[in-house]
Formats: sequence, C-alpha cells, structure tokens
Amino acid sequence: MSGPNRLNGGLIDRRTSVIFSFDGKTYQGHAGDTLASALLANDVRLMGRSFKYHRPRGVLTAGSEEPNALVELRSGARQEPNTRATVTELFHGLEARSQNRGFSLKYDFMAINDRFSNFLTAGFYYKTFMWPRAFWEKLYEPIIRKAAGLGSVSFEDDPDVYDKGFLHCDLLVIGSGPAGLMAALTAGRAGARVILAEEDFITGGRLNAETHTVDDMSGSAWAQAVMAELTSLENVRIMTRTTVIGAFDHGIYSAVERVSDHLAIPENGKPRQILWRIYSKRAVLAAGATERPIAFENNDRPGVMMAGAVRAYANRWAVTPHQQVAVFTNNDDGHRTAADLIAKGVDVTGVIDVRPDAPKVAGAELFAGAQVVNSTGRLGLKSVQIRLANGELRDLPCGALAVSGGWNPNVHLTCHQRGKPVWNETLAAFVPGGELPVGLSAAGAANGGLTTAAALKAGAGAAVQALSDLGIQAQMPDLPEAEDTPISLTPFWYVKEGKGRAWIDQQNDVTVKDIKLAHQENFRSVEHLKRYTTLGMATDQGKTSNMGGLAVMAELTGKSIPETGTTIFRPPYTPVSLGALAGRSVGKEFHPTRETPSHKWAAEQGAEFVEVGNWLRAQWFPKAGETHWRQSVDREVLQTRKSVGICDVTTLGKIDVQGKDAAAFLNKIYANAFAKLPVGKVRYGLMLREDGIAYDDGTAARLAEDHFVVTTTTANAVLVYRNMEFARQCLWPDLDVQLISTTEAWAQYAVAGPNARKLLQKIVDPEFDISNDAFPFMACGEITVCGGLRARLFRISFSGELAYEIAVPTRYGDALIRKLMEAGEEFDVVPYGTEALGVMRIEKGHAAGNELNGTTSAFNLGMGRMVSKKKDCIGNILSERPGMNEAGDLNIIGLRPVDPKDPIPAGAHLMNADGEISAKTDQGYVTSAAYSPVLGCSIGLAFLKGGADRMGEILRVSNPLEGTEIRAEVVSAHFVDPEGERLRA
Amino acid sequence: MLKLKSITPLGADEPRVDHFSGLTITEITGRALVSLTARNEQADVTRDKAWTLFGIDLPDVSVSVVGNTYSALWIGPESWMIDAPYDGHEDLADQVKTALGDAASVVEQTDGWCRFDLDGSAVTAVLERLCNADVARMQSGDVTRTQIHHLGCFLWHCDGGFAVIGPRSSAKSLHHGLTEAAQSVC
Amino acid sequence: MIINHPLLGPRDAQEFTYLGDASLISRPDAQDDNAAEKFHDYLYLRDNPAGLHRELWFHESGDRSWLVVTRNTVTHEITDVQLARDVARKEGRSK
Repeated sequence: MSGPNRLNGGLIDRRTSVIFSFDGKTYQGHAGDTLASALLANDVRLMGRSFKYHRPRGVLTAGSEEPNALVELRSGARQEPNTRATVTELFHGLEARSQNRGFSLKYDFMAINDRFSNFLTAGFYYKTFMWPRAFWEKLYEPIIRKAAGLGSVSFEDDPDVYDKGFLHCDLLVIGSGPAGLMAALTAGRAGARVILAEEDFITGGRLNAETHTVDDMSGSAWAQAVMAELTSLENVRIMTRTTVIGAFDHGIYSAVERVSDHLAIPENGKPRQILWRIYSKRAVLAAGATERPIAFENNDRPGVMMAGAVRAYANRWAVTPHQQVAVFTNNDDGHRTAADLIAKGVDVTGVIDVRPDAPKVAGAELFAGAQVVNSTGRLGLKSVQIRLANGELRDLPCGALAVSGGWNPNVHLTCHQRGKPVWNETLAAFVPGGELPVGLSAAGAANGGLTTAAALKAGAGAAVQALSDLGIQAQMPDLPEAEDTPISLTPFWYVKEGKGRAWIDQQNDVTVKDIKLAHQENFRSVEHLKRYTTLGMATDQGKTSNMGGLAVMAELTGKSIPETGTTIFRPPYTPVSLGALAGRSVGKEFHPTRETPSHKWAAEQGAEFVEVGNWLRAQWFPKAGETHWRQSVDREVLQTRKSVGICDVTTLGKIDVQGKDAAAFLNKIYANAFAKLPVGKVRYGLMLREDGIAYDDGTAARLAEDHFVVTTTTANAVLVYRNMEFARQCLWPDLDVQLISTTEAWAQYAVAGPNARKLLQKIVDPEFDISNDAFPFMACGEITVCGGLRARLFRISFSGELAYEIAVPTRYGDALIRKLMEAGEEFDVVPYGTEALGVMRIEKGHAAGNELNGTTSAFNLGMGRMVSKKKDCIGNILSERPGMNEAGDLNIIGLRPVDPKDPIPAGAHLMNADGEISAKTDQGYVTSAAYSPVLGCSIGLAFLKGGADRMGEILRVSNPLEGTEIRAEVVSAHFVDPEGERLRA
Repeated sequence: MLKLKSITPLGADEPRVDHFSGLTITEITGRALVSLTARNEQADVTRDKAWTLFGIDLPDVSVSVVGNTYSALWIGPESWMIDAPYDGHEDLADQVKTALGDAASVVEQTDGWCRFDLDGSAVTAVLERLCNADVARMQSGDVTRTQIHHLGCFLWHCDGGFAVIGPRSSAKSLHHGLTEAAQSVC
Repeated sequence: MIINHPLLGPRDAQEFTYLGDASLISRPDAQDDNAAEKFHDYLYLRDNPAGLHRELWFHESGDRSWLVVTRNTVTHEITDVQLARDVARKEGRSK
C-alpha cells in the first residue's frame, strides 16, 4: 500500500509506483495519482499557508478550481510556482514544495499576521498605509509583498519551448464528462469534424469520480467504451490535458494543451505546452459544475474539503483524506459521499445536514437540522463542533469534513462575451443565460442538468442541434440507462453562529466579516465588493467562493442573489503560463530578422550590425587598430568623400508601379509633380498625409511610359504600400495602375564618391555609356553588368557626392559586393554603414526620419514650394491650413557650435542668445546631430522659428534635463557642397 | 557567361535539405517567379495571351494551375504569380512582358522570395503549428497566403506536399520556424 | 474575429489591418470652393456609433484587398463585407 490512507479500487495503476518528494520528504504514489491524491494517501493534509494570514491550509477540491493546495514544482530554471496539487500529475522524481511559508510549513513565523488579523481586513491597503505617502513605495509595499504572496520564480530563462497552433472543426466539445462524450459521439458518428477537449489527463469527467452505473457498466468503463469508438473515428480529435480558456468572437476558442507538464523534462525538441487557437463552427460547453462550500467558523483547517472531492479521491484515486470523516451538507449529494466512503470501509462519524427533513443515512449517524459551528486542529482537523437541532452543542471527532453546499454550473465560457447567467431557483445557482457566444450551447451539468441521464441526453441533443445548424444530419443515439435522481437542496451559504472568522475565499483570505465590512462601508455592488475585499481575485478566480460572497452580500442588502448580480467572467478560465502566450516568439525570434544581400560578406568583414525595424544593417566596418566607433565612421565618411564608398541600401522599400495611369497615380500620391517626368529619369518625391503633414520621401524612377519604381524609407515601406493601395482601390478605383512590392527582389548598393563612376565603369558592360553626358544626375536605366547580368542603375545621391545606386537580382547581391570591392581596390574603396550614411546626409542637409517626424510640414522642411498647387494630391489642400506655412513657423536650419569642441546635443531646444530659458521662450529643437569629420566639429539639423531669416544668429542650445547648454551659430542646412556641384560631376 | 556566382536565400552555395521523421524540408532555388496583374478591363485579353504563352488557364481565386513548364498561382484579384524553371527563364519577366504587352503589368519576383517544400506524413501536423490555414482541407492545387513565423507566405499544396514561399530576406527566420515546428511534431 | 472575405471566404481578422470609418472613401473634391472645410470634416469628424459601423480593413497578410466591413461595434457581429473598390465605384469614385 502506498500510504496509510489508500483504499481499494480506483483508477490508479498500483503496479507502477512513483517516487516523489514534498518539502524534501520522499513519498510514494502510483501512476494515475495527482500530487494531491498521493499526498492524501500518505496522510499529508497540510499543503500550504494562506496568502495573507499564513493560515495552515490543506487541499479543498480535486480539480482545477483549487484555491489552497498551491505548490512550487521542480527546481532550478524549471521551478514553477503556484501550481495546483490537484491537477499536477505525479511523475517519477517530482519535487514539490509548499510556498508562502517561513522556515517550515508547520512553523511559519509569518503566521503572526493571523494574530493581527483585525488590521488586515478588507480595504486595509486603502486605509492603513495612506500616510505618509512616500512610505508606500519604500516601506509598506516591500513588507506586504514579502509577507503576502504566492510562490517564487527562479529568475532564470525558461529552458522549455512553447508552441502555438491552429485547429479547425465543425464542433468543439469542451469537456468529456457524460454530456461531452455523448456530444462528441453523436457528432463523430455523423461525420462532422469534432474536437473533444478535456482538461483532465483522462476522459470521463465526473463518471470517474462516482459509483453510478451507465448501462450496467461502471461510469468510467462506459466512458472508456465510448472513447474506444471515438478514437476509431478519423474525424474526431481527442485532446486531453487541454483546457479551453477563452471563448472569443465568431467561434474562436483558445486552449492550452499541457504536452509535457506530466514529465520531468519535455522530450527532446517537444514543447512544454501548446496554445491552440481553435476555429469552430459550433461549440458545446460540457464543462460540468463546481461544488461550493458552506462557510463556518474555522472552516479552513486542513481536512475540511468539498464532499464531491472527497468522493472523487475515494472512487477515482482510492484515497480517503483521513480514517474518520464527517459530512456537512445542505443537499442529497453530500449523502453520496457518506455512502461511498462507508462502502469503502471508512469510518463516517456523522452526517450533519442543515435540513430538518434530511433523508436517513445507512451506516452513519445523521444530525438533521444541525450545523457545524466550529472546528479544532491547528495543522489538521481533529473535530467539529455541531449545534444540534435541539440547540445542544456536540463535538464530533473527524480528521476530514466533507462539505457540500450544492453545485454551480461552470458557466464561465458562456459569459466571455457579455453573456449574463440567469438564476435557477431549484439549483440555487446561476445557469447559462442571456446571449451566449454565437455558436456556443451548454449541455449537462454546465447547463444545470445535474444528473447523469440528463447530461447524456443533453450532450447528444446539443450535438444534433449544432450540426443541424450546419446542415449536417446527425442521429440522436440510443441513450444509455443512467441515474436520474435530482438533488434536493435547501440553499444554505454560511453558519451565522460564532464570533471567529468564517472563510469565503480561502485563496485570498476573505471572510464573512470582510463582506460585512464592505457592506457597512457601502461597497455593496458586486464589482465594488470584489475589489474592496479582493473576493474572487486570486488565481482561482473565485470558482469556489464567488457564490458564497454574493449570497452573504445579498442577505445583508436584503436583495435576492440574482438582484445582487454576479461579476463578469473573463478569460482565461484557468491560469495560463506566460511561456504559452509567448510561444516561439522569444529572444532572438521575438520577430523575424531580415538580412540584406551583403550580410554574409559584411559579417566576414567584422561589421557591427544594427537593427532597423526587422532588418539587420551594417552600422560601421571597424578596421584593425580602431578602438572607437567614431574612428571607423570618420574614416568611412572621409574616404567616401575623397574617393569612393559602398553602402547596402536594399532595405529602402521598392514599389513597382505600372499601368496606363501610373504617372497620373503618382501625381496624386506625391505632393510634387510627376506627370511630366521623362522616361529614364528619377525624381525626388515628398509624400504628405491627408492632413498636410510630411510622412515619407523617396525617389520615383520612370523606367517606361507606364512603369515606375518608387522607393520609400526603410521604416515606412509597409505603410506607404498600404496607403498606395488605399488610394488605388478606394479613392481612384478606375485609374489603371497596378502595384507590387519588390523590395527583396533586388540587391541595391549605393556607390558614392568622386571615383564612383570610374569604379562602376569597370563592371558595367561596355555597351552601356554611363558618362556624365550620357547618364547625368537623376538618370536611370536598365543595364547589364559583369558580362550580361540584368541590373538597374540610378544616378541618385543621398551623400551629396557623385553617386549611383545599382541593383541586381538578390541572389547575385553577395557576388556583386565582392566584385565592387575588388574593382574598387585601386581607388581604396571603403564600405560604409548606416552611421556614415547618417553623417553624410546630415552634412548634406537631407531630411530623414528625424525631420519627417509626424509634426512637420513641407514648409517646415524647406520644401513648401515643391507642393503643387495646380493638381489634386493627397495632403495639398490641408497643407495650406493656417499654422502650417506662416512666416515665423519652424524652418529647417543647420547648427554649428561656436566652440568647435562642443557637441550639439540631439533633442536639445533652441533658445535666444539671452533671456530666460522656458517653454514659453522656446525657439525650436535639434532633430539630428553628428560629428562631421569634414568640418571637424559637431553639426546639427534643427527646426527654428523663422529660421530661414536667422542665418548667422548665435543661439543657446539647451538641454535642461541634463543641465547642459552650448552656443551655436545658425547656418544653412547644407554643410557640404551647397551648390550641388559634386553630385552633378 | 556570368562572372558572378549566386547564393541561396539561406546564404549557401547549395540549397539545404532537412530530414525529420515524417517530414523533409527542401529549400528550392531553381524556380523563376513573375507577378502578372491584368490592366483595367484587360482580364480576358490577359487570360487569352497567357494561354497562348503558358498553355494553361489562369486560375480562379485561391487555386493554382500546374502545367508542364509553367504554373500559375492566384495571388489577388486578377493577379497571379507565374512559376517556371529558373534555367531557361532567368529573364522570365521580359519573356512574359513581351508576350502580354499592355494587357498586363508584369514584375520580376524571382529573388523576392525563398521557397521551402515540405513533404511527408507529418506535414499537416507541422503546418498546424505554423499557420492558421485549414491545411487538412486544402486540395491539391490550392494556394493561400498566410502568416508563418510572423511572415506573410504563400502556402501552395502541390505534388502531394506543401510549398512555403516566403520573403527572401527572412529566409533564415522562416527556415528556423519551419524546423522548430518539425522538431516539435516529428 | 472572422471576416468573411468576398473572394477568399472566412479569414481571421488577425490577417487584416484596420483603418477606420469607411467614410474615408468619400474624399472631397479638391476643386470645391470650400475644399479646405470639407477636407477638415472628412479627416476629423467621425461618428462613433454603438451599433452598425462601416469600416475599412486591409487584407495585409492576404490578397491585399481593402474591404468595407459592416460590423456591430457592440456585438462584433459582421453583417456585410464588400470589396472597397466596388463600394468606391458604387459611390461614384472613378479617376
């Protein structure tokens, strides 16, 4: 026997022993055990300490609704806090520890909180620590955090992987008890695509926990027979260890499958869990019901359990929590626990039934019309005190008390989209009602059908109805014989007698008194009650406690429970690990990485890379002996301006625009005119938002009368394409224009510097003349290079130098960069990265993302005259708005420090040379700054009020945040080659 | 003769093959692609000329037509991707443009994409972990655009397996996603 | 949510990018006398109904169609989906 409390029978595999440890002590259980059942079998009732008061607590339930038995599992990086012992499958070598305790579970010095409980009542956060304010963060919160809490995390990376997945079905069946099995069977036989999701590791639901027969078989045997048929059907997918956690719009459900939680370590490469997104046409909720307790003084001692759970432990796991058990009930179901325990030879010391007319019990003493008013046993229940119907007090010895206050249908998923459950007088419980998620119906206990026969029938019926909605004919199967005795119940929520605390929410330590206090302080609506007392806000989301709390409040306000209402159930149904939500999108794989065509080559050169959106771009190329990035960047700039440099510019968005009306279309997209751009020419283009603000710029190259290639900034490639499609489809649907992105298809390099042409002439095939006359500034054309490879050549310049951009099919991008570098050797060609690119564009005064920052107009950018007034284009009407173009508005200017040693701080604000420094006297701000190796000092681009007319003025460049201030002169933004002679050379 | 050597989307000289129990992932580099979009009111002309050039009908929504040399995949309203062997069709776009003239807009797409073919008994189970397409219900020839590993990809059911055609610059990320899923399942 | 694409059938809303009120199709005529006022209203004035709302969705991870989706903002029920291009033409937009 594995433990003193093991009974006979059950669904455990007694031939397989499983060794595990709890708080360092080794125990033995069996395959099929949960941690909770194995601990109970070993006579361990004390499993944890409560959240706030550190009260000793034991297991309350046998399922995922468990509030108390939360433990830490495993160790090292796999340490996992707050797992429920009731759903933790036992595996060999399982390490479990109790949590929220001091040195040991039995002697917890923090239990002192229990003595000061009067200070820790509802609302104590709000009241106690209000003053002095500064103490909250530094003093109170750390103390509370240390005292109140759950388990601890490892602070190491989770070594396991988590998957996401997508499933499609006609019918999703949630739960595999009698209703779920019948629904799946009915739909499966009809040929529908069925997914049967079961939270537990075996199917059958309550059939495994009861002794009822179904068609002369034990319930569990019947369930296995049905499973055999379901398994044989290809159209049915059975998913155990899978909890449906949320019902979302239009038949989408999410579910967590715990693939490897029952193993010490996942199999190699296999995920720990999978988060499934299930697309269902119809769904049946057959999630059963949850039993609710009755509150009484000291009802939280280890050993006080739900009656249905005690029955489940006895029948499924062959375990009794103690050799002496008493029952406290307000309904007939509690009597079943007594009967099943007696049948297994357990001493039932009494059945306390609040109903004066309670039915007789065979084999145990009945206390009809009696109530449990208190209990004893600090670390484990020893006895209960009963107020008999005649008013006498009686002590009843018992190590476990099985409590039943009735059953609440698991309506949660029916409420995930505003559905409000309705009150059922007979069950004294909420059942699904109002608007259920479209396509979802509830069946069986989840719908208030609490007998096995009712569940079987409802499951089959729900499937027939759901499939008929889909046009699939399903036959109502022959229903097996099963028990059909309704549970007679007298609503009874809490015992009024007693001065001590009676626990409603055991996980958050909320008592009847707390609810009375909330009522007294006028936090009476259910939503206020919840937040004031924290009732139902723990990880169990109040599955066993919400109803009790509502009932107490209803009584205090003199309203009925349905009038009092219920809080809204939201996903997830049970706690979900963050790993499952993240899936594979962690670390480096958080987003996909885009590599440029020269990436491999650049990596070989030892380039430093920088993330630009998803792209990895070379930032600079350090050379031996360079110890600071500025050395590399300065060299790259100087060498490019002196001879020639090469930069991978593939990341710029490229959109292919074709069609009879391609030019007319671009005329509408760009603020400046495009209709008359000749074939073989490129033009700079500025795009405005419809509100007149500049948002992107680039070039458009006209390759043919009806063919353009448009470039966008790297950052806006997706947005510009989306906006162009919007203009094409929604604004001018009859324009003959077709768009497609070709960003990745071409490897594109900028070749810049006085020797750019000489270098290119070495690789461009000789039949193509790229001399200045034949191929002047802003020319473009289709050429071939290196002996016939198709290429595109654009004479455009971002650096301000004589420059080209050359594009070849991407697969040749690696070879081309090597070829260019080889051909450029005689010119001491240098590759340059994004930093040098940035320095050179600032030196040239080209606007980029820092300047096109979502607040600036064409006027601000010095491009006001480019905006065509003759044509209709996006943004031109509102670009004329007051405040966008007035004299004195911001103009782009250049800044040079008065003392060449001063760096210009990017983001700093411009202030007049004298006077106060304040927002009121603000003159503008610095957008871009860099050290210019050409000028030998820091330079900046800035927006300055009326800047165009303030050349030569000395300003203060102020950064009050860091307390710095320098003086700088207002100069033209074009620091290098303002006349543009170099780029036309 | 070209003096330049091409590399694969994964950055190697030769395409990559990964074997798992129940799944093979093969990098495909020998296909040329071109997009073809009918100009306004030229859909019928485009179809006629395409039939003459390719010997196949341009397919309807969400499906493909596979011919001896050319295949056509529906990618959008009156828009298709034409697939042909790379050898002999390096300039596929020029060939198609010449044949279709003003009837359609034609754009070279060959090197915009990478392609991995997934074959084997586990292919459906692997794709279930990768994308929301109802893979089990896809018929041979069906093509859909879907997100795999955050990347917009074409998923094409052909030759008994599935081709995943994704953005070339993210080939390594896509390949990583595919192999991780394969490892999860196989 | 699921959007029933007029060409592709039911597709997960995750594949789409949301823009906003379908009234954005009705871009004013730049030649109008009071064009600036009309553009202002076009850009900044929106109804925010609790109930049926016509809105623009872009099938970014799909066939790149813009759609006009009629959606109940209270229940998320989608009662109508059309290609935005067809809607635009019906509303008289052309070149």
